[in-house]
Amino acid sequence: MKSSVITFPGSNCDRDMDVALKKFGFKNKMVWHADAELPKSDLVVLPGGFSYGDYLRCGSMASKSKIMQSVINFANSGGMVMGICNGFQILVETGLVPGVLLRNKYLEFICKNVFVKINDKKNKYFKNVDNDVLEFHIAHNEGNYFCTNDQLKEIEDNNQIAINYCDENGNIEDQFNPNGSIKNIAGIFNKEKNILGMMPHPERMIDTSLSGEDGSLFFKNLINNLK
Amino acid sequence: MKISVIITLKKDVLDPQGKVIHQTLDGLGFDNINEVRQGKYFEIDTKETDNDKAKAKVEEMCKKLLANLVIEDYKLL
Repeated sequence: MKSSVITFPGSNCDRDMDVALKKFGFKNKMVWHADAELPKSDLVVLPGGFSYGDYLRCGSMASKSKIMQSVINFANSGGMVMGICNGFQILVETGLVPGVLLRNKYLEFICKNVFVKINDKKNKYFKNVDNDVLEFHIAHNEGNYFCTNDQLKEIEDNNQIAINYCDENGNIEDQFNPNGSIKNIAGIFNKEKNILGMMPHPERMIDTSLSGEDGSLFFKNLINNLK
Repeated sequence: MKISVIITLKKDVLDPQGKVIHQTLDGLGFDNINEVRQGKYFEIDTKETDNDKAKAKVEEMCKKLLANLVIEDYKLL
C-alpha cells in the first residue's frame, strides 16, 4: 500500500505520520506543498501542525496551495484522504468535508489524551476495529467543530460523524467535550466516506512505551482495509 | 485604489474572544456594554482604477479566501 504525506510550511506532525505509516506497512512518500503532481497513492494524509503560521484562518492558506488541486481531484475521484488536526482544518477550508473549526470554547490550547467513540464502522477507516472507544491525543487551539443547522442535519442523515469525544466507557456527554464542538464531534467524513477529517492524532499512539497503542489498532486496521 | 473590508463572525456564531474582551472592558469599568463582537480588517491596494470593478474583485477575494462564509460575513467599506 502506498501513501503520501503532504508537508506544508509549518507542518510539524508530518514526520510522526511518516513513522506511523511505515511502521504498519505503508510505503510512504513525503510530498512538498509546491509540487503539482501527487505520486500514485492509496492514501493521502494532510498532517497536523501550523501550516502558514495559521495566518488568516487555520488551514486557509494551505487549502489554496499548489498540491491541493491534485489532492482535491484525487479525493473527488474516490481516493482516500485523511486530514489530522491542521489537516482537518485544511479539509474544511477546501470544502471537501462540511463545517469549520472555530477557536476552542474556553480559548485554551488543549494538549491531552481523550477518548473517542467510533460512530460509524461502515467505512474503510474504522471497519473491523474491535474497540468502540479509542484513546487518542489532541493538541489544538482551533478544534471547536461548528456547522450550520442545515449542514448538521445533512451530516446526521448521511451518518457522516466519524468519532465523538466521550469518556472511557463511550458516554458522549458535555463534560467530555474538550473544546465546545457541536455534538462532541471529533471527526467527520464526506458523504462517500473516502475523506476523513479528525482533530485527534492516532500517530501519537503507536508506541506503548511512550503513549498508547490505540493508534496502532487504527493503522493496522486501515492498511488491512485498503488491501 | 484602496478598498477596505471588514470581516466579522456571523451573528449566531459563538465569539469567545469577543466575550473575553467584553468581560475585560467590564472589569475596567466600562459596564454599559451589551455585547462585543471582534473581527478582521483588510486594506487592499489594487491597481484597478475603476471603483466598481475594484469592489467586484475584492468581493470575489472575500468569497474565495478572505472570509469563510459558513461562519463569517464580509462588508466592503
